[in-house]
Amino acid sequence: MSRYEELRDALRAGEPVALATVIEGPNLGTKLLVRPDGRAEGSLGDENLDRVVARDARGELEAGLTSTRHYGAHGEARERDVSVFIESFALPPRMIIFGAVDFTAALAKVAKVLGYRVTVCDARAVFATVLRFPMADEVINDWPDRYLAKVGDELGPRDAICVLTHDHKFDVPAIAGAVKTDVGYLGAMGSRRTHEARRQRLRDAGLTEDEIERVMSPIGLDIGARTPEETAVAICAEVIGLRTGRRAQSLRDTAGPIH
Amino acid sequence: MKEVLDDIERWHAAGHRVAVARVVGTEGSSPRDPGATMAVNDAGEVAGSVSGGCVEGAVVQEALAILAGEKERGIVTFGFSDDEAFAVGLTCGGTIRLFVEPLDW
Repeated sequence: MSRYEELRDALRAGEPVALATVIEGPNLGTKLLVRPDGRAEGSLGDENLDRVVARDARGELEAGLTSTRHYGAHGEARERDVSVFIESFALPPRMIIFGAVDFTAALAKVAKVLGYRVTVCDARAVFATVLRFPMADEVINDWPDRYLAKVGDELGPRDAICVLTHDHKFDVPAIAGAVKTDVGYLGAMGSRRTHEARRQRLRDAGLTEDEIERVMSPIGLDIGARTPEETAVAICAEVIGLRTGRRAQSLRDTAGPIH
Repeated sequence: MKEVLDDIERWHAAGHRVAVARVVGTEGSSPRDPGATMAVNDAGEVAGSVSGGCVEGAVVQEALAILAGEKERGIVTFGFSDDEAFAVGLTCGGTIRLFVEPLDW
């Protein structure tokens, strides 16, 4: 199989893979296809360069990064004989939504547009159905803490957890499970008053103040959202803003680069 | 790359040769990040994009020249302060570097 065919098959199967290409220097255009376990197919024309690039590509893939790196002809650091473009085809980030409500359907839709792999989880079997959430990648019928105990270790800074259950019976265990993960975003629906009451329940459940501070609640940016769809946009905008470390304002009222 | 796979497969099935242009670097304000991919076949058909529409026309010419054997694969730079003789640039004022090559790998 050619590198292209291997790349095509990996992308179609939804398998993470990185493609390294020499874009400047000797052996221009040669390719190395690198898997998450470090296995590599192809060659950039030098055994040592292959080894170093495979190692770097594996790191880039883990972080979901795409960049150009420079090496000596045999993979030496701090030299610039060869430029290698390393493109990561990482798995999409995940959004886990607890609570199978109307807001969930709208949020799942917007998150899909943004490229998230969306999971809807609710302990109530009558609500958590594929029929109600056809846009979600998976619908799980389980308690939030039990589900997070299963998948929490797989979650990282690119992933988000949104707790929309609006019922402390479910959202306290969901938040308690979520703060044990490394997700980049943790939001919980509820008014300021609801969240104040919830803070006490979270303390009673043994959460530290630092853990409680991770919770974005009331959830979403202050754009006056009312409908489930508007709320979904407000939540997703907050997810993006937290990831990029920006304070959301209108671009017109700020200065500096826009990306 | 993923978004142009179906078109590439269709073109291959129809016996077309294909070139791909990928964004490999950006400076300043630019509409698409590294990895954005555009594919061009030898009939001049296009899939995907590498900018907000500012440089796609010029990229098609590059890709066709490479497919015709008139040019070698390599880096093409488009930008505001570009010294190279391209009459196109990004309206947003940034610079993008593309690697354009035949899909022969």
